Amino acid sequence: MDAKRITLFVGHYGSGKTNIAVNYALRLAEAGRRVALADLDIVNPYFRSKDSLDDLTAAGVRLIASPYAGSNLDLPALPQEMYAVTDDKTLSAILDVGGDDRGALALGRLTPAILEENDFECLAVINRYRPLTGTPEETVGVLREIEGAGGVPITGLVNNSNLGRETTPDDVLSSVAYAEEVSRLTGLPVRMTTVEWGVYPLLSGKIPDLFPLDLQKKIE
Amino acid sequence: MEKKVLMKGNEAIAEAAIRAGCRHYFGYPITPQTEIAAYMAKRMPKIGGTFLQAESEIAAINMVYGVSSAGLRVMTSSSSPGVSLKSEGLSYLAGADLPALVVNVQRGGPGLGGIQPSQSDYFQATRGAGHGDFRMIVLAPASVQEMAELTVSAFDLADKYRMTAMLLADGTMGQMMEPVALDDLKINPMPEKPWATTGTKMERKRNIINSLSLVPEELEQFNFARYEKYAEIERTEARAEEYRMEDAEISVAAFGIASRVSRNAVDAAREMGIKAGMIRPITLWPFPKETFKKSLSTVKQYVSVELNMGQMIEDVRLATECRRPVTLCNRAGGMIPTPEQVLEAIQKAANGGDNE
Repeated sequence: MDAKRITLFVGHYGSGKTNIAVNYALRLAEAGRRVALADLDIVNPYFRSKDSLDDLTAAGVRLIASPYAGSNLDLPALPQEMYAVTDDKTLSAILDVGGDDRGALALGRLTPAILEENDFECLAVINRYRPLTGTPEETVGVLREIEGAGGVPITGLVNNSNLGRETTPDDVLSSVAYAEEVSRLTGLPVRMTTVEWGVYPLLSGKIPDLFPLDLQKKIE
Repeated sequence: MEKKVLMKGNEAIAEAAIRAGCRHYFGYPITPQTEIAAYMAKRMPKIGGTFLQAESEIAAINMVYGVSSAGLRVMTSSSSPGVSLKSEGLSYLAGADLPALVVNVQRGGPGLGGIQPSQSDYFQATRGAGHGDFRMIVLAPASVQEMAELTVSAFDLADKYRMTAMLLADGTMGQMMEPVALDDLKINPMPEKPWATTGTKMERKRNIINSLSLVPEELEQFNFARYEKYAEIERTEARAEEYRMEDAEISVAAFGIASRVSRNAVDAAREMGIKAGMIRPITLWPFPKETFKKSLSTVKQYVSVELNMGQMIEDVRLATECRRPVTLCNRAGGMIPTPEQVLEAIQKAANGGDNE
C-alpha cells in the first residue's frame, strides 16, 4: 500500500472516521507496516477505536488511546503517548480525529510537527446521507471549519456515503457525483470510496479506488 | 425513491423539532443527549432561531416557560440527572398550563449514575416529574425514525392540551444511527394560542401566565379542570403497538430499546412453538390500558422487560387488574437485557413458572 507516514482521518461528526481508521490501520499492518493508531477523539465517549482493541492487537497494531477511552468516564482526555506519532518516524501512524471542528481542535499540539515533517495525508471523510453534509456546499463548509480548527490542510477525500446497514449499491453509486462535486469545489482528489464488504462485490470495477470495510462492533 | 438520511437518534429529535416549527431551544450539555444541543447550535442560527446554552438545567427550563408563555414552540432536552434539576420548572409549566417539549435521553442512575442507557426514569416521567398534582404526556420511541415522528407528535399534543409532552428515550436510542425519512413527517400547523402573552395592542384584555393561586377554592377548580383534561387524554391518546398478539398466550410488555430486544425474543419463542407476542406502549402516559385489557382474552402471563428494577410492571399489573401473573425481566445500571435473557423469561412463563 502506498501511504504517507502519517494518515489523518478527519470529518463531520458521525461520518465514519473511526471505523475507517481501524480498517485502514488493519490493512496497513497486513501490508507489513509497523502501525500505530492514535485515538484523538475528545468529542464522543462512545464508539471508539478501543472497541476494536482485540482485532488491532491481533494484527499487531499499537493502539494509542487515553486510559479513559471506552471507560464511560466522560473525559475529553488525550493519550500521553500521542507524541509517539510525530517522534517515532519508523511508525506508520493513523490518527483518528474527533468529529467536526470541535474534534479537530485536539490536533493542535501535533500540527506543527506534522507540518514540519511534511509526510502526511489528511483525509476528510464525507457522507452525503448525513443531514448536515447533504450537499457538496454544506460539506465544503464543514471541511473548512475542520481545517481552521486543526491547522492541518486536508489533502484528500474519502467518500463514505452510506445509510448504515440499509446501504444499497445504488446508494453508493448515486453518491459518486456528490463526491466529485466536493472534489471540484475544493480541488481535492477522492482518494477512496468506502463500502461494506457485503456490497463490495456488487460495486467492484464500477467505482475507482473502492475500499472495502468491516463494520466494527456496534450496538444492534 | 424516498429520500433517507443517516442520523443519530439525538439528531433526529433536533431536526424533527425544527421541522415542527420549534425555533427556540434551551439546554445544558449532558451525555448521552449532547448531540441535540450540538445540532441545534449549528442549525438554529442559520434559520433565524435561538439556541442558548443556559447556565444550568434549571435556567433552561425556565427559559422554556418564558417562550411558551409567548405562544411559541419551544423545547429543552437533558438526561436523567439534568431532568431531575428541571423538575421545579416542569411543575410550574403544569401549574401555568403551558405547552412544551422536554426530552429525556435516559442514563443509568440514581445520582450521577453512568452514561450507559437506562429506563429508570419511568416513574419520574409518568408519576413524579415535580411537586403537585399533574401529568405529562410521555412518548417512548423505539427507532430513530420514531424519535423524529414522536417529536412532531409531542409538539402537537403539547399544544392541543396546553401541557408538557416528554419524549422518553435512552442512551442507546440517542446514540444509535439509522436511516430516517424526514420528508415523511406529517407537520401540522400550530394551533391558535389566544391565551399567549403576545401584547394586547390595547385591543383585548391582558393575558396572564401564572402558577400562583392563593385562593384554595379557585386552585381546587384549576386542578379539577386539569384532571378533566387528563381524563380525556386517557380516553383518546393512548397508543401501543401490538406485535404477534392475535393468539398470544405469553405477552412481553416493553417500550423503547427493550422492545427491540424483545421483538427478537418473541420471534425466537414463536419458532419454538410458544405463542408469544408483545405489547409495546408508545405512550407511557396515558398508559395503553385498553390494549392490555383486550389482551386478557388470550394472554396467560405477562413478562415486563425493562432497563430498570421494575417500574412499568406496576402499570401492567394495574392495566390487567392483577388478573394474570406478571414477571420482570430486567437489567439495570446501564445494562441491556439480551434476546436470550428475554427468551428464557418467555419460556419460563410458558411453563407456568414464576407465578409471582
